[in-house]
Amino acid sequence: MKHKLIYADYAATTPIDKRVVRAMLPYFDKKYGNPASMHKMGQDNLIVLNKCRKIAADFIGANDNEIIFTGSASESNNLAIKGVMWATKNKGNHLIVSSVEHDCVLESAKWLSKNGFEVSYLPVDEYGMVDPKSVEKAIKKNTILVSVMQANNEIGTINPVSEIAKICHKKGVLFHTDAAQTCGKIEVNVQKIDADLLTASSHKMYGPKGAAFLYIKKGIKIEPWIHGGGQENGMRSSTVNMPAIVGFASAMEIAKKEMRAESFRLTKLRDKLIKEILLRIPTAKLNGHSEKRLPNNVSFRFAYIEGESIVYWLNEYGIMASTGSACSSPKLTPSHVLTACGLKKEEIHGSLRLSLGKETTEKDIDFIVEKLEIAVKKLNELSPFIKK
Amino acid sequence: MQYFRKPKNLGPMKDADAVGQVGNMVCGDVMKIYLKIKNKVITKATFETFGCVSAIASSSILTEMIKGKTIEEALKITKQDVIDALDGLPAIKIHCSVLATEALAKAVENYRKKI
Repeated sequence: MKHKLIYADYAATTPIDKRVVRAMLPYFDKKYGNPASMHKMGQDNLIVLNKCRKIAADFIGANDNEIIFTGSASESNNLAIKGVMWATKNKGNHLIVSSVEHDCVLESAKWLSKNGFEVSYLPVDEYGMVDPKSVEKAIKKNTILVSVMQANNEIGTINPVSEIAKICHKKGVLFHTDAAQTCGKIEVNVQKIDADLLTASSHKMYGPKGAAFLYIKKGIKIEPWIHGGGQENGMRSSTVNMPAIVGFASAMEIAKKEMRAESFRLTKLRDKLIKEILLRIPTAKLNGHSEKRLPNNVSFRFAYIEGESIVYWLNEYGIMASTGSACSSPKLTPSHVLTACGLKKEEIHGSLRLSLGKETTEKDIDFIVEKLEIAVKKLNELSPFIKK
Repeated sequence: MQYFRKPKNLGPMKDADAVGQVGNMVCGDVMKIYLKIKNKVITKATFETFGCVSAIASSSILTEMIKGKTIEEALKITKQDVIDALDGLPAIKIHCSVLATEALAKAVENYRKKI
């Protein structure tokens, strides 16, 4: 059976907007100068690079000189966490991260703890949300930095980051937030959040892969991790990836104009999908918060059956979904996010994430619900845990 | 993949002579095999599986492979035989095939206790 492909994995990555592709193209074979070069082609691109930096700064309410372009959100998070902890190690060595962060944050924290730093992990409630009070409790005299993501990539729960930032600053501690999932979906403003560091990613918002940035508030000491030619104000050596950064900037400009209406549309589709699944599949339970969640995230767990098998069945119908985060799929370990939410291992195994985006239509939602119901029914028939 | 899409020998068996279950919910795979045995020959085999694509396919194909075989012959089937019958499994999923042969061994053990 051939079906139209329905992409429901926008949280893993998004297609590049055609307008973004058009903006990028000249930078591959016509305007290929290195912005570090002295000649016209280099200097022309330096001007473009600085324009992109201004667009990025405007996008989050920062100043131009507070934006460092990097190659990925993982790189930005590594730079933020390891960079700040390393640069400030004479003042203190304690780092606090939430237990539902992306692996790039958790692994950076793990690496630091292997190298003499102290790391605390914040608990979350059943919806995967961090309680600001738990941050206050976790802060100690030697705490330097707290990192809590603005929204979770697996279950879409949005954290009260501005309240957390307020507590951090009251205690003289820096605050970093990973906004890779929120940029282009909900408002991200460093002034309103009062963030000291913030990570944004291009390919989650219809820009190309290979571009991201880290916002570093002026005056914050940070140690670079890639040493070399001193690009990005010495914070990130590497030849500037012009096409990717131009694309990222273009994606941010588009998001600025279209985000509000698109998020409104997606929220309606999201709520319809959630409502229909709950109505038609009795073994389904929603993961994450029902309201404080990303406009495009739908995450469910199904009792008695396995998430991977559901993903496989949906794939047979042309629906591209995922179990949790795309990066964890090759691992067999159950999701650390759902574990932190207090779920039992047998509940976690039946998880499914459907993330929506620009191409998703109401018809797609109907199709997904119809096929998901069939897939769950088929897998229920196989399950030794359902009495027949 | 056809063994996942259209699994053969699916479901519980009411008059089974032997039942074997292995795995647990915590690790994420549970397999249950039902056998009908006549004169030491497996005449019918069915299964139920909670697990991934590979686990379902492994249990499905194993029940096909053991049909008509004597208990001794069936027990000689190795995980590699299951993998080969499925035209290979990804390295990370090899344990699924192990689970299938273990479920069979458990069912036979259960049968031998009964007689």
